[in-house]
Amino acid sequence: MQDLSSYPLELTGPDVPMVRFMNVRKTYGDFVVLDDLNLDVAAGEMVTVIGPSGSGKTTVLRMLMTLETINGGVIYVDGKPLTHMPKNGVLVPADAKYLRKARSSIGMCFQHFNLFPHMTALENCMEGPVQVLGLSKKEARERAEELLSMVGMIEKKDQHPARLSGGQQQRVAIARALAMRPKVMLFDEVTSALDPEVIGEVTNVIKDLVTKHNLTMLMVTHQMGFARDISDRICFFFGGKIEEQNTPEELFTNPQKERTQQFLSAVKAAD
Amino acid sequence: MTYISFLSEYGGRFLDGALVTAEQFVCSLALAVFLAHLAGLLLLSRTMVLKAIAVVYVEFFRGTSLLVQLFWLFYVLPLFGVTLDPFLTGFLAVGLNTGAYGAQLVHGAIKSVPRGQWEAAYALSMSSSKRMLRIIIPQAFVIMLPAWGNLVIELLKSTALVALIAVPDLMFEAKQMNSSTYLSTWTFGTALIIYYVFARFLITPTMRSLERIMARRMGRA
Amino acid sequence: MQWDWQFTVEILPRMLWATVNTLMAAGIGYAIAAVLGLIFAMAQRTRFRSLTVTVREVVEFLRSTPLVLQIFFVYYVGPEYGVSLSPWVAGMIAIGLHYAAYLSEVYRGGIESVSKGQWEACTAINLSPAQAYRRIILPQALPPSVAGMGNYLISIFKDTPMLSVIGVAELMQAANAIGGQNYRYLEPYTIVGLVFLIISLFSAALIRSFENWIRRKLGMY
Repeated sequence: MQDLSSYPLELTGPDVPMVRFMNVRKTYGDFVVLDDLNLDVAAGEMVTVIGPSGSGKTTVLRMLMTLETINGGVIYVDGKPLTHMPKNGVLVPADAKYLRKARSSIGMCFQHFNLFPHMTALENCMEGPVQVLGLSKKEARERAEELLSMVGMIEKKDQHPARLSGGQQQRVAIARALAMRPKVMLFDEVTSALDPEVIGEVTNVIKDLVTKHNLTMLMVTHQMGFARDISDRICFFFGGKIEEQNTPEELFTNPQKERTQQFLSAVKAAD
Repeated sequence: MTYISFLSEYGGRFLDGALVTAEQFVCSLALAVFLAHLAGLLLLSRTMVLKAIAVVYVEFFRGTSLLVQLFWLFYVLPLFGVTLDPFLTGFLAVGLNTGAYGAQLVHGAIKSVPRGQWEAAYALSMSSSKRMLRIIIPQAFVIMLPAWGNLVIELLKSTALVALIAVPDLMFEAKQMNSSTYLSTWTFGTALIIYYVFARFLITPTMRSLERIMARRMGRA
Repeated sequence: MQWDWQFTVEILPRMLWATVNTLMAAGIGYAIAAVLGLIFAMAQRTRFRSLTVTVREVVEFLRSTPLVLQIFFVYYVGPEYGVSLSPWVAGMIAIGLHYAAYLSEVYRGGIESVSKGQWEACTAINLSPAQAYRRIILPQALPPSVAGMGNYLISIFKDTPMLSVIGVAELMQAANAIGGQNYRYLEPYTIVGLVFLIISLFSAALIRSFENWIRRKLGMY
């Protein structure tokens, strides 16, 4: 058991970050995926995580969605602990009930969309609001239709996922996540499973979100140009650690670390 | 009476019954495996008559109930002058019935051997019987073994029905002991446990090791 | 021995009535098995290891011992403890339990065929585990389970003759009785066989089209 007495029960002060990873550690057996990760994401900030495969970048998002448990440290969301809960004045690992409440401010889109195949696009977007948030069918439908319009999918709202292209499915998945009104949105390689010609329709939706809405976002992507266009900050992960982080301009034009330089030139050569 | 003394008094009869069950099991298994391969291959035949015979056999024995088949063989056949003794009738019915299910496994497994294997054998100018025996069936065998594991358990369970035409197997002995002692929990319970041990600790491990051996021969382990 | 058409016409009403009982027995048995099977399947997916292991073992036991013996056990053991079950009740309990074990395996297969991403999406929109099962996972587990569920419906139907051993008035029992009264077994047993053959083939076709229909209905092509 790790000693959690030094971790605050709640983050306070003038600039509490939307997300804080504090000394977070993740292992599978002997294999260390993430080692002592410290990362803050401010409210409204767009942070992109890049790095070679196996560097632990997807794990960062999955931990935040509570799809993975962590082996050390604490994650805070909006000032409150996510992975732990206060009990008798100290933090203890969160139980299922606490986790469920805590993760309600987080939404996620996946590489393989994971739309519910037995529901139409509209039903996919209504499922969470009706079942979890307790909205009436009418309210949920209005919200879903508004979001489907925003992602340009309103005409296909009554189609099942099997009848939609990958790009269309991913746009529905974005609408589904937004319907839960999350404070933090996670995009996990959302364009990796797409055909090249439809990547644009998904990245445009995300760009739109960045300019028009004040969402906090964390993204893992291989689209360097896209990351550079829309991110406030880029984190380069290597071997389970943040090797280097900076504004897109600085990181892409003037990388400081050798590994960053190698990675960026390898990616550029592949393009 | 304690369970121990019950066992010491009736243990011999359980053993006698279990031996008859084992005999029924072995005989009907041999028949079922033979019929399954024969019918399974005939199902692939291009000669319509042969194929039709196999289809009728499979659909008939799968479509009617085993108990009906057993009673028909036992009560109706003698009316046509064919009288078989209960033991023979028993494993004949169980073997015929299970063989029909097995034929489907054989048929499916042969068809799931990749097309490239047929073509490769063809390219080596093998005769069609050689191709079947040397190339296709060995691969099909590995594919269908796990499903046979379940079917062999079904076959064991099916043999219990022969008690109903008075073959003195484990089921029959249990029934007899029950009507003379009225100790239903012990008689039927003991018989259930013997069947379970037979299935779980004899048949299943045998089939598993057969699967392992075959996998190794195929170079997969 | 000649087929007697007059006798056939005479016994036909009684046989048809028994067919209704057979279908009813199959239906009730299946309903019990379907519900109990889901409980068995879900119990094996909980985090309580002792529960999981116990249910697993019960399922194995039910699957590897003969149904006819289980029917005897349920029927005769009750009175030893002061519970007298009617043949119908005992038979339905036995068939329900036996096939619940099989159906639990079908359900488990169906549930496991739903991709991990679906669970993750449920977490991402914050559904409770119960909601995730009810709204997302089980509806998707259904189409791949329909074929297996249908096959076991037919199997239950074909196993109902075993209920005659404790005197449930189904087809086999009727045929036995008619045969015994008239010393003519050819017609009753043959009719039983034909009824089973017709209904089995018919329902197999029905289940196939139902499977296609449910896939279309759920939008999964």
